[in-house]
Amino acid sequence: MNTTTFLQYCLAGISIGGIYAMIAIGYTMVYGILRLINFAHGDIFMMAAYFMIFAMVDFALPWYVSLALVAIATVLLGVFIEKIAYKPLRSAPRMSIMISAIGVSYLLQNLATYLFSALPKGYPQIPFLMTNINLGGISTSVVTFITPILTIIFVVLLMQLINHTKIGMAMRAVSKDFETSQLMGIKINRIISITFVIGCFLAAVGSVLYFTPRPSVYPMAGSLPGLKCFIAAVFGGIGSIPGAVLGGFLIGLCETFIKAAGYSEFSDVFTFLILIVMLLFKPTGLFGEKIAEKV
Amino acid sequence: MSNILEIKNLVVSYGGIEAVKGISMEVPQGQIVTLIGANGAGKSTTLKSISGIVRPKEASILFDGEEMVGKSPDYIVSKGITLVPEGRRVFPNLTVMENLKIGAYLRKDNLKDDLEYVFRLFPRLKEREWQMAGTLSGGEQQMLAVGRALMSKPKLIMMDEPSLGLAPLVVKDIFRIIQTINEEGITVLLIEQNANMALKIAHKAYVIETGKITMEGTGLELLENEEIKEAYLGKSKK
Ligand SMILES: Nc1ncnc2c1ncn2[C@@H]1O[C@H](COP(=O)(O)OP(=O)(O)OP(=O)(O)O)[C@@H](O)[C@H]1O
Ligand SMILES: [Mg+2]
Repeated sequence: MNTTTFLQYCLAGISIGGIYAMIAIGYTMVYGILRLINFAHGDIFMMAAYFMIFAMVDFALPWYVSLALVAIATVLLGVFIEKIAYKPLRSAPRMSIMISAIGVSYLLQNLATYLFSALPKGYPQIPFLMTNINLGGISTSVVTFITPILTIIFVVLLMQLINHTKIGMAMRAVSKDFETSQLMGIKINRIISITFVIGCFLAAVGSVLYFTPRPSVYPMAGSLPGLKCFIAAVFGGIGSIPGAVLGGFLIGLCETFIKAAGYSEFSDVFTFLILIVMLLFKPTGLFGEKIAEKV
Repeated sequence: MSNILEIKNLVVSYGGIEAVKGISMEVPQGQIVTLIGANGAGKSTTLKSISGIVRPKEASILFDGEEMVGKSPDYIVSKGITLVPEGRRVFPNLTVMENLKIGAYLRKDNLKDDLEYVFRLFPRLKEREWQMAGTLSGGEQQMLAVGRALMSKPKLIMMDEPSLGLAPLVVKDIFRIIQTINEEGITVLLIEQNANMALKIAHKAYVIETGKITMEGTGLELLENEEIKEAYLGKSKK
């Protein structure tokens, strides 16, 4: 492998890793605030792809308008799911809400099958994103190049929001203690909604970046990427945003290099291997808190 | 003297079991009122009902003449009721400064004077402004919990066992602070295990037993009462 190919793979790795990171943030933030693994997150990501088909193919809207609409629709879907399937279980045992999340995941997959059929549907082309560019000998597409940049920008903005704004402070407080947060006058349902808005917005952006270089979408298209991003979040320490980002990049890079070495079939196995090894030796993940139990 | 808070027939049940069985209390404006009682008597439940985080089965809770039952906790805070919860419950992952700021979550005005006021009451907190609240000592956490509550500019501050688990000297400090706060015009509703000290500073006191008020009087009256002496002050009858 010469340097150029190596760098090419690096770029491809951090690019897919950036997408994983964006989705992993959704898992980790929802977990942080509700102690819930939102199994439906991967399917929300899949639904975002169908929204894009709707906007660009069925309504023939320009890509930038479609992008905005997809973000809005995905966010609304996520917030709606939270209100319908999770909010009524706020004081139920943790297992109930987890099962509800699994239910929503299957519901979305079956809904997509019912509405759009199980056959793959062509994902619209965004010519601008697929333009080839050449960076000092590395030839790549615009989408591969801008994905990691977008990821970094969003992560920096998100960390600013969480660490340096009033809303962010409330999010950190709610993630520790619902009851005391209420005593401060914080409307916890509002903070939870905001968390879903952020997670689903990133899933929508991730979806566009993920599917743009791919030919088609099908109802199960969200489940494997969703699972990988969940692993990325666990690897980084679920609840921790920097952890999820690091996990996402790491899994993206490993996967790309394993594929490059000719073991494509093995790349997903490797991801699960990471999960098992991590759970065996450091169950809290890289940046996880010691005890995530709520008082 | 007018009552800032009037509770009539408060009934709270947790999944069918009544924890509070129809208590009525009056908290006069500007006074310190204490509620004493054994473990599980329903003291915390009473305060949580006033704050709106526990929904009573039935009750009328008038604050400044306005009905608070059925109102959301944030509305109740905005009207000037604050609770220092049992076990302090500071946000361990927020700094001391952030804990104070979050106490003023609903306020839109400038916090500078109030921060200064809290730091004057608790100079220890000023030194530890940037420390994570989870790493404070128990006494410091209690000071922070009180300071945080004051940041909402309350008219009524309710405290749930503020002296629990603290060294005697720190307990004295806390009681001194409670009196200071009260002298500055804030009404105090205090729950205490430390009945002796609570009755000494209270203008008015209630005794609660298994969800019912069994006695009321001035702090002094209850301090002198033989039954109270035996049950709560650890002194036997002569
Ligand atoms: N969330 C809850 N679910 C079920 N029962 C509860 C709940 N909270 C309190 N209880 C019950 O209600 C009763 C009164 O509890 P409460 O916490 O008000 O007592 P307390 O007077 O504050 O006691 P302590 O001095 O020990 O703090 C107790 O029997 C308790 O077990
Ligand atoms: Mg109690």
